[in-house]
Amino acid sequence: MTTDRPAGDPWQVATVTDVRPETPTAKTFRLALTTHTLQLAGQYYVVRLTAPDGYTASRSYSVASAPNDSGAIELTVERLEGGEVSVFLHDEVVVGDELEVRGPIGLWFVWTAQTPAILVGGGSGIVPLMAMLRLARQTGHPDLVRMAVSVRTPDDLYYAHELPGSETMVAYTRTVPPSHPRRAGRLSEHDLAPLLLPDATAFVCGSPGFADFASGLLMGLGQPVERIRIERFGPTS
Amino acid sequence: MAKPTRGFFGRGKAARDPRLPPGQYDAGDQWPVLNAEVTPQLDVASWSFSVEGLVARPTTWTWEEIHALPESAYSGDIHCVTTWSKLGVQFSGVSVDTLLGIAGLESTASHVMAFSHTGYTTNLPLADVTGGRAWVVWEYEDAPLPIEHGGPARLLVPHLYFWKSAKWVAGLRVLDHDEPGFWERNGYHDRGDPWLEQRYQGD
Repeated sequence: MTTDRPAGDPWQVATVTDVRPETPTAKTFRLALTTHTLQLAGQYYVVRLTAPDGYTASRSYSVASAPNDSGAIELTVERLEGGEVSVFLHDEVVVGDELEVRGPIGLWFVWTAQTPAILVGGGSGIVPLMAMLRLARQTGHPDLVRMAVSVRTPDDLYYAHELPGSETMVAYTRTVPPSHPRRAGRLSEHDLAPLLLPDATAFVCGSPGFADFASGLLMGLGQPVERIRIERFGPTS
Repeated sequence: MAKPTRGFFGRGKAARDPRLPPGQYDAGDQWPVLNAEVTPQLDVASWSFSVEGLVARPTTWTWEEIHALPESAYSGDIHCVTTWSKLGVQFSGVSVDTLLGIAGLESTASHVMAFSHTGYTTNLPLADVTGGRAWVVWEYEDAPLPIEHGGPARLLVPHLYFWKSAKWVAGLRVLDHDEPGFWERNGYHDRGDPWLEQRYQGD
């Protein structure tokens, strides 16, 4: 463990204590922090990799775990082919490794479990929303949130065993698992209408295309534009 | 320097483009879209751009009026705080110097708050938007600026991280003090110099 950091250095060394697959292309990394600032649901951390010659590469990853006092956070990382950091995390990192991180960061796409929230995620965009859902359940306020997740196939769904609940729904756009009540297809106003809650803030996360599509559906249902917060994920437009 | 990450060797220094600031990578042909609000559908028929605040002549330009001003172009690089950069890109529009020159700065002016049609704001020292370092642009690579990248027009301050280059820009408010804009209130650095890695508050 590095201990010679100057005071005020925002970076710290975290130890990987668990790595588990969520889907064929996504893994969750549990990191034990040396300095744990309690994060808000929706915030992210930056992971910085350093080569022996001093070259660095860093990327931001949303925290999936709910804020708690365990001193650890969980980041779920999608493996992007050719992605310098995500490929390294997926292919090289094992339990016991040390990773340099800083955070938590971001005060916009955050939810504090005090007002109703509509959570709409596409694919890997579920990650920061999962922190919000977990917070709602953990604090005994699942009634404050409604969540819709859109994925292509059952293989693409993160947190599949934990997700089901009266406050969540999953839309499969291509392939539906056996006995799923909804046919394959894109999210629709029909899907999102039951999610609307009075005075709610909507949190939309996914690719830019998904974010625009989902926020359009919400506006069509009367959700005020100023109460739609968006986090756009992914490497390209 | 931090201790090397076990197993990470990265791209060799020789392969690093010297135009990339520390911690940035070349996004190549990709241009990520990262705004935090709903993408607005703005009609150029009702579009406007204003300079207000500490100026002698508060001025609002229509789409046609701003296009009648002398054209100015930028060729170079842009850098996003999320670590992507685009190298050797071209934008064109009008220099912020031209706009501020028409409005006439008061002697006490020290900062500007850029504001967008979406309500987005970002703060900048006056020195960072004058002297040929900032533009309002409506063309990218000789084509209309795409809406998802801020079209019909955005601010361009390419020597700072790109959240300073407000998409869907609606104007500049000239101030005699600094105050935080949208991302600056939400954890990001007030100035945002990519060569100094001024990404977040405290950097």
